[in-house]
Amino acid sequence: MRVGVFICHCGNNIAGTVDVKAVAEEIRKIPGVAHATTYMYTCSEPGQDEIKEAIKKYNLNRIVVAACSPRMHELTFRRTIEKAGLNKYYFEMANIREHISWVGENKEANTKKAIDVITMAVAKVMQDKPLFSSSFKINKRVLVIGGGVAGMQAALDCGDGGLEVVLVEKSPSVGGMMSRLDKTFPTIDCSICILGPKMVDVAQHEKIKLYAYSEIEDIKGYVGNYQIKIRKKATYVDWTKCTGCGACMEKCPSRNAYDYFNFGVAPTRAINIPFPQAIPKKAKIDPNYCRQFTKGKCGVCAKICPTKAINYEMQDEIVTEDVGAIIVASGYSLLDIERLPEYGGGRFPDVISGIQYERLLNASGPTAGHILRPSDNTEPKTVVFVACAGSRDKSIGVPYCSNFCCMYIAKQAILTKDHIPDSQSYVFYMDIRSPGKGYDEFTRRAQEDYGVKYIRGRVSRIYPKGKKMVVRGADTLLGTQVEVEADLVVLGTAVLSNPDAARLAEKLHISYDTFGFYVESHPKLRPVETNTSGVFLAGACQGPKDIPASVGQGSAAASKVLALFSKDMLESDPAVAKVNINKCVGCLKCVRTCPFQAIKENQLRDGRIVADVIETVCAGCGVCTSTCPCGAIQLQHFTDNQILAEVNALCQG
Amino acid sequence: MAKKRYAYFQGCSLEGTAVEYDKSMRVVFDALGVDYVEPEDWSCCGSTPAHTVDHVFAAALAARNLSIIENMGLDVVTTNCPSCLMAFKKAQYSMENDGTFKEKVNELLDEKYNCGVYAKSSLQVLYEDVGLEAIKNRVTHIIHDMKAAPYYGCIMNRPPKIAQFDDPENPTSMDRIISALGIEVCDFAFKLECCGAAFGVPKRKMVNELSKKVIAMAVDAGANCIIVACPLCQQNLDLRQEQINQTTGSNFNIPVIYFTQLMGLAFGYTPKELGLDKLIVSADHFARSRITKQEYLEREKAKEQEKKAKKEVKKQETGEEENP
Repeated sequence: MRVGVFICHCGNNIAGTVDVKAVAEEIRKIPGVAHATTYMYTCSEPGQDEIKEAIKKYNLNRIVVAACSPRMHELTFRRTIEKAGLNKYYFEMANIREHISWVGENKEANTKKAIDVITMAVAKVMQDKPLFSSSFKINKRVLVIGGGVAGMQAALDCGDGGLEVVLVEKSPSVGGMMSRLDKTFPTIDCSICILGPKMVDVAQHEKIKLYAYSEIEDIKGYVGNYQIKIRKKATYVDWTKCTGCGACMEKCPSRNAYDYFNFGVAPTRAINIPFPQAIPKKAKIDPNYCRQFTKGKCGVCAKICPTKAINYEMQDEIVTEDVGAIIVASGYSLLDIERLPEYGGGRFPDVISGIQYERLLNASGPTAGHILRPSDNTEPKTVVFVACAGSRDKSIGVPYCSNFCCMYIAKQAILTKDHIPDSQSYVFYMDIRSPGKGYDEFTRRAQEDYGVKYIRGRVSRIYPKGKKMVVRGADTLLGTQVEVEADLVVLGTAVLSNPDAARLAEKLHISYDTFGFYVESHPKLRPVETNTSGVFLAGACQGPKDIPASVGQGSAAASKVLALFSKDMLESDPAVAKVNINKCVGCLKCVRTCPFQAIKENQLRDGRIVADVIETVCAGCGVCTSTCPCGAIQLQHFTDNQILAEVNALCQG
Repeated sequence: MAKKRYAYFQGCSLEGTAVEYDKSMRVVFDALGVDYVEPEDWSCCGSTPAHTVDHVFAAALAARNLSIIENMGLDVVTTNCPSCLMAFKKAQYSMENDGTFKEKVNELLDEKYNCGVYAKSSLQVLYEDVGLEAIKNRVTHIIHDMKAAPYYGCIMNRPPKIAQFDDPENPTSMDRIISALGIEVCDFAFKLECCGAAFGVPKRKMVNELSKKVIAMAVDAGANCIIVACPLCQQNLDLRQEQINQTTGSNFNIPVIYFTQLMGLAFGYTPKELGLDKLIVSADHFARSRITKQEYLEREKAKEQEKKAKKEVKKQETGEEENP
């Protein structure tokens, strides 16, 4: 056994607080170590070349690199030694940067700890066995979760790339938040006019299979081979028959149903098509308001429907789809204005959220595009916008910036002036955040061309005074208190993750942050990948994002899937659990504890029952190893002997 | 179960400018059977002057009283004055959550305080412990011509972390008590607005301006009486009302009474018993115009019947048209 150890300076990152030369000196003394050296940047091309040359020159057959975290460069170095002709599992990485040099200031102690950690890695690498990947076929279909603009972009790009796409949308129509918007910044082009054609493309694309009003029930499998259970929620309308004529909606006697599409700006009917451009344009019954469900009798829609599509007995249906990759584009939600009691959110009808105002501006909204304030349906002459309503506010639990409010508030203020030329808008803001292309010019235009008055300061209280809402706040530039008597107040509410984001993440085995936003694999270099291979992210489910960024991510995620599917076979990771059938007593405890259902019961030819690992499903977590009472199931590359060798090396040293 | 006994902390202002608050509170407590006892040898609660200078000293002043109450074997102190309330609550909160702070405070005390007494405003005792139902049942008279604006002041329920009572932005406890007395409550937006507090001496004009806003809002809301729970608010709005009129050129004449006085009136007590004579802007007309509950109910019944009769007539008229 001839071990080569390469210790990285990482510039000053490691060498600054670890005496790397002394470490190499010490490591050279370990029996079995044939070569130990240091290098400025081991991961650089000359650094990797040095490893390859050393392997030849010193006839090395095991390699240890002491540098950064294996999460950073383990794959890099595995490839390096593979090129030099070694099995890539004859490699260990000792983390002396994140675990040592970055966290300790005492050079002497750091040096000693680095020696210990590398000694362990040397002991482990001597126990390492060669492992070989097997390859398996992949199912070249892709699941897209969420039919907002990010999800639709991803679905269309995948479809155009020749992949079959399953698109699952939880609401009755695709379109997402963007379909609710009136105009988009900074070009003031009509949102639905640019989104509508995309929605139609989604519906008509021969490669895209759309499940609207459906949710993900269960996900099983692994990259290349997922089995997805989809719950098609009962609409009580047979969509194969429904023509979207809207006759039922006109005649429905239950006129006070909550309108989810319009964020409750005005009520809708219990049976409704959410908006004129809906895709699919099909009706759906809300059983919470439908008289047939609440009172047990009505049946008006069933009578009126020309195609007899109404079915009050309809039940949820579970369908299964097999796919090879998943793009998550499940979107975001908004802070409920009732959580802002100091602004009277929920108490005063003329204090509304930005998205509700968007619906008032929209020609297909409840007011047909006339800005009318909710309390008395009059045109407001003074409109106050409050930016950061909940955002950047630790007390609300939202310390982050919601990204696009500054921009849409400027847009809404401009549109207000367009709709009502003799109106005056005010914007209370903390900072104007407009770092996109053409964005800052846009906010300047709102101020300079449209006369929107920007007041830098927070609003402390909003209270009614007669028919007006008085907005009291600070003007921190003038250093004074200001009060604006407004007809309508619009709160730029904070962006939150979806309420069910955590549940979906658990089904997908991906991680999410404190706020429920999904965590990408690397914040800079792997922005649409997750740490679960085969699962990609797009849009605001990863963090607040405006339309261009969401579309960009949608396309990026699609290209990642297309790249993944450009191969016909995928290589499996051989570092998975393996059963020694001679030791296995067939208790099957491992079958029950495996979180991935990767272990099944297997009957041998002599009738004996043993556990059997499905190599491609196993994620290599090691739970089974600690469960097995007789040590029969071992995680390859992390066997008991290998771990114990490390422990021994540490304790003896 | 034995009836809950409260320590009743009067505080300095209820001996002086707000003596009618004390008087009426005792009347109401007695009427509703609340068992209370005054701690002997009580002293300053540690409010305004102390806590602006030294938190430990302020807490020690509060804790001296709390320790007396603890030694009486009681665990709840109730007080009318929100300043006293906050002084107690803050001392309790800081001492419970910060061991070193507690030690520092106890060093200043003869009798160590073990953090066993919780402060509750008299409003909270009446609202939560006595309950709206009991209050409603005790009503004998209805003040039918009153439109009340409930004014809680700034510190009765804030900061929420320490006050732990009612909604910090839109409190409703006093609203509900007034409603339980059968009195109309106005939709009043300035329930928590600053009255100017103790700045009346150094910055009289500013206080007058602030108090004016509160009164103007109540008048705008259609109120003909402001109901308060804080001696300082009462003083700023009532005693200084003429001053406000002079400084700001307004012409207010609206009574500002304690919610306990209002309860007393509804329970049938005389203005004298409730200290109504201590008010600057007279509220005597409400005492005169109240009617007994029975008379009120009879009036309501008559109104109801009249309405029904009208409806009946209408029904007959339209009914004939619909069914030919």
